[in-house]
Amino acid sequence: MQNLFNRLTGRQPASKEVAKDRLKLVLIHDRTDVSPAVMEQMKDEIIAVISKHVDIDRAGVDIKLTQEDHESRLVADIPLLKTPRRRR
Amino acid sequence: MSATVITITSGKGGVGKTTTTANLAVALAASGARVICLDTDIGLRNLDVVMGLENRIVYDIVHVVEGTAKIKQAMIRDKRLPHLFLIPAAQTRDKSAVSPSDMVRVCNDLRPDFDFVMLDSPAGIERGFRNALAPSDKVLIITNPEVSAVRDADRIIGLVESEQKGPPSLIINRIKPDMVKRGDMLSIDDVLDVLAIDLIGIVPEDEQILVSSNRGAPVAMDEKSRAGQAFRNIARRLKGEQVPFMDLDKQDGFLARLGKLIRPGG
Repeated sequence: MQNLFNRLTGRQPASKEVAKDRLKLVLIHDRTDVSPAVMEQMKDEIIAVISKHVDIDRAGVDIKLTQEDHESRLVADIPLLKTPRRRR
Repeated sequence: MSATVITITSGKGGVGKTTTTANLAVALAASGARVICLDTDIGLRNLDVVMGLENRIVYDIVHVVEGTAKIKQAMIRDKRLPHLFLIPAAQTRDKSAVSPSDMVRVCNDLRPDFDFVMLDSPAGIERGFRNALAPSDKVLIITNPEVSAVRDADRIIGLVESEQKGPPSLIINRIKPDMVKRGDMLSIDDVLDVLAIDLIGIVPEDEQILVSSNRGAPVAMDEKSRAGQAFRNIARRLKGEQVPFMDLDKQDGFLARLGKLIRPGG
């Protein structure tokens, strides 16, 4: 009953939803053998390489592993810094 | 004719490998197939007690591998079903007493005389699991709708595929339909969504499982048990039949519903 109350009041998602989300995340790392620490390191290295060539918004960089069926991919979202338009 | 060697495995312990092995073997044998079970959990044998054959053990699989007993001497016939046999694991040895190539040899010796050779794998991903996987033609992965069991199943799927033994099929065991309905247990679709493999069976939680292992008489022998029905369905699928999955929401039989009417809330 407590559970139903929580859900009606939007307090907590069903515990199975939490389970599923946690599982998906942990399996991505299990399957690719890339730990969160390695991800962090890769992120720093990617930022270093890209900033040599373009100005990027370092704080906005988002790098993650995604999984669809048995296909994994590394997705990087790297926003560029707003720069004034170049004038000739 | 040559037997199909089926490996029952899970990664995680306690999800129902031994129960599933015993019940599928009973269901297959009851349908006329010639079946032999091998307990590959050396040092922690249990299939013998679940099948109710523990008092008849003389020789075990290590005796066979080491040549101190002939394979026929280690085969225990189940007196309730004419074509069902068990070769037990050794209890006083460890996994290193048997190698994957020993298992392949033993299974090849059994193939001509049986339709199904069922290998009950130990938990884990070490030697015992490798032994059970080596001779396999078909791998069944048992899981429960629970994060740790599903995670381990995923790991096992990867190992089975990397050994070219795949694609494995999944059995989701110990489902509690009431909890699924409340959103407090992963549903069949949730598990399949995460693991992305072929589903061969769904088995509801059933108190009769414990009762049956108390008695040493697998539930697949019990016409009234829901879990027994689920295992019989899986056995038919293993024989190539198309059998629809059980409707788990259709909770109980007539008598149970009557019981609930008489004892509300019970």
